[in-house]
Amino acid sequence: MIKYLLKRVLMGILALFAVSAITFFLMNLVPGGPFLSEKAPSAAVLAKLEEKYGLDKPLYVQYGNWLKDLAHGDFGVSFKMQKNRPVTTIIKEMFPVSLKVGIYAMIWAIIFGIVFGCIAAYHRGGIIDSVLRVVTTLGVVLPTFVTASILLVLFAGGVWKILPSIVGAHAKWYAYILPCFTLGLSPMCNIARYTRSSMLDALGQDYIRTAYAKGVSNRKVIFKHALRNALIPVVSYIGPMTAYILTGGFVTETVFNIPGLGRYFVQSISNRDYPIIMGTTVFLAAFVIVMTLAVDILYKFIDPRIDLAKEDE
Amino acid sequence: MKKFLAILLSVLMLATLFASCAKTPSETGDPTPGAAGGETPSGGTAKPLNIRVNVAAEPMTIDPQLNSSVDGAIYSHHIFEGLYKWEDDGEGNAILVPGQAASFDKAENADGTITYTFKMRDGIKWSDGKAVTAGDFEYSLRRLADPETAADYNYLIDGIIVGATDALSGAAAPDSIAVKAIDEKTLEITTVVETAYFTELLAFPALFPVRQDVIESAGDQWTFDPATYIGNGPYKMDEWVHNSYINLVKNENYYEYENLGPESIRFVLMDDANAMLTGFRGGELDFIEDMPVDEIPALLDSGELTVVPYIGTYYVSYNVQKAPFDNALVREAFTLAIDRDNIVDNITRTGQLPASAYVPSGIADADPSGADFRTNGGDWYSIDPADYDANCERARELLAEAGYPGGAGFPTVEYLYNTSANHEAIALALQADWERVLGVTVTINNQDWGVFLETRKDGEYQIARNGWIADFNDPISFIDMWITGGGNNDAQYKNPAFDALVAASRSETDPAKRMQILHDAEKLMQNDFMLGPIYFYTQKYMLNPEIDGIYYTPLGYFLFDHAYFK
Repeated sequence: MIKYLLKRVLMGILALFAVSAITFFLMNLVPGGPFLSEKAPSAAVLAKLEEKYGLDKPLYVQYGNWLKDLAHGDFGVSFKMQKNRPVTTIIKEMFPVSLKVGIYAMIWAIIFGIVFGCIAAYHRGGIIDSVLRVVTTLGVVLPTFVTASILLVLFAGGVWKILPSIVGAHAKWYAYILPCFTLGLSPMCNIARYTRSSMLDALGQDYIRTAYAKGVSNRKVIFKHALRNALIPVVSYIGPMTAYILTGGFVTETVFNIPGLGRYFVQSISNRDYPIIMGTTVFLAAFVIVMTLAVDILYKFIDPRIDLAKEDE
Repeated sequence: MKKFLAILLSVLMLATLFASCAKTPSETGDPTPGAAGGETPSGGTAKPLNIRVNVAAEPMTIDPQLNSSVDGAIYSHHIFEGLYKWEDDGEGNAILVPGQAASFDKAENADGTITYTFKMRDGIKWSDGKAVTAGDFEYSLRRLADPETAADYNYLIDGIIVGATDALSGAAAPDSIAVKAIDEKTLEITTVVETAYFTELLAFPALFPVRQDVIESAGDQWTFDPATYIGNGPYKMDEWVHNSYINLVKNENYYEYENLGPESIRFVLMDDANAMLTGFRGGELDFIEDMPVDEIPALLDSGELTVVPYIGTYYVSYNVQKAPFDNALVREAFTLAIDRDNIVDNITRTGQLPASAYVPSGIADADPSGADFRTNGGDWYSIDPADYDANCERARELLAEAGYPGGAGFPTVEYLYNTSANHEAIALALQADWERVLGVTVTINNQDWGVFLETRKDGEYQIARNGWIADFNDPISFIDMWITGGGNNDAQYKNPAFDALVAASRSETDPAKRMQILHDAEKLMQNDFMLGPIYFYTQKYMLNPEIDGIYYTPLGYFLFDHAYFK
């Protein structure tokens, strides 16, 4: 187990290094630069800016400097989006906002997804199952911006004016309802669908028949005996879902004006704000790596048959 | 089951931990920005106003000298004040009046330079209570001229203030520019020639005073903290929640504190047009400048959207160095074939004026009758819809004269624009016009903004979308960019006669003669048809109908310091 963990951590670091190198050289390959605008600064100003931010040096030197600073926990300062503000400060400020929305979205997606999945399996073939199937299919295929727009029209000024459309920092709890619902909808529906099918799978197993034979109630069979085994595929979905929720929050964060990192991650690219591109990419990559590892470990606890140490041989 | 419960419990605990981490330090005790039922201004007279405004997303910088954006300038105008300032003329138009200066004397020197001696207003203070002195202006102008500051807009004083040109290039020290504090209340600025728009420059953010002591101690972080972001304007920043809002409150040290309008001005930072309109509709915003394009016609019809002039021109850049647009006849033909009415009536739809030439309407001339530069300069071609067919006929003749009768033999050319629904719609209209009228084949292509800027600047295109907004109300703001090798000369235009006229305009002391030189320079641009004007910009906005007292400069600055509930 320890050996496995060590190996995974080392591989994670290697992956991060590769991600940073690829991102660095790719972003510099893309034409355009942080200091260009409709009104171009004079050549003298441009030269000063490049000198100030170290862009006058060869690329490999720039990358070396970036790595050196990173070793000191320094991601550099923003060139453009928040000129001269340290990138670490920006991440520290914005990531918790993304995380907060993401966690709330995940909690409701997991709870409702599992419950709906069980209910659908329990009523397999019935009206409730059909209704849930239509709803979850819709939830999966609806793009985030469509969901967000419908919710906004319904609850934030169109039909009823009961919830704010601008979430912003320091928003009250109810301001998070719409964005969290939006962000969690598609994962919730996916979880419901996975739960239903793996639940049906589990219900066909011998030990379930045994349980029924012993006279255990239908409800108890589903929620006590079948659910545990049915959850394994769901847990494996949670890993990529975390990544989706935290980096795929771009649309939700833009529509609801949430000052989160997902939005910045995308905007930094069109702004050519190199330190923010590097900082957010490496940070989010590290986060995804850690979450995937966490899920793999969680897996082992849920299903003792999985042997992590063996898997990696 | 026990194991599962344990896992569920630890997941929940982890979640709670994350959620508690997510609290920012200043989260406690602050009013929710724009939350439903918060500060919604609903009826009532003489009610204190806490106006919530959106003009843009997070600003790149709010350092007045470093700023180069309109939104940054709007914030600066509320937090700082120059020697001159903008004031409401009572009809919502901004006019120039003395600000931190009470008055000035002007004297011509033996060498033809002009020395302005400003007397500072009495009782002017910084937001922390210290007195504003002439020395503060001296410091700030030197800071602007210092190449180390790397201010985008330092070119504003180039060729205006004596010594600025050398200081900007690094050939002379920044303190060699002719700006001198004689004593605490007297400031001397010497200009190369008499400049018509000098007082307007004094009201431009790059020339606002900043505090030497805070900048020297806090370095380039001084703008981020309300404690160090000290201004001398009507409002002061009391909170900046990045990517969310900038909150301003009245500056009790401002000399006209009693007359100020809103108790607070909250600049909500947003970048999604749909979200802006939803926020406005939901009563969370009192003012917005942007909304989804598709909504504009309905909003105009309902009277909710107001349109005001904006000094700027939308045009097509021809790359005059590359065939086939190295031929002036081809450029003229392409310019004449554009159906401008179609574009402003059916695509942009917010009162834009079809452009009859390059320098837009609304720019001052030296004419005592008050006629503007455009009126006196005349049209490059007729924009009367009745003459469009004649324009097209002439365009075909020109193209034939250039060797491509009916478009025969004309190579396929590409029109380049930056990715945006609006620019795309215009690109399609232009493509249709050129293909229909001239019988040529035009492809359209779009690029991401950052790539587009570089492609256009480097001249790696044939025809490209372009636009220019004035920095100050003078035709030179539109003309001097086209000098050979100019940083914004995307057309790659090279005309020695034009360069000579721009140089002559800079040293001409007589305002009428100077304007004539600028007219002559624009005539050369017209003869060469080095660009194809499309329309003159307008600015649109929506304001909470219960609020009045906002005012506007046609350079794009909205000012809220005297807004009130009706």
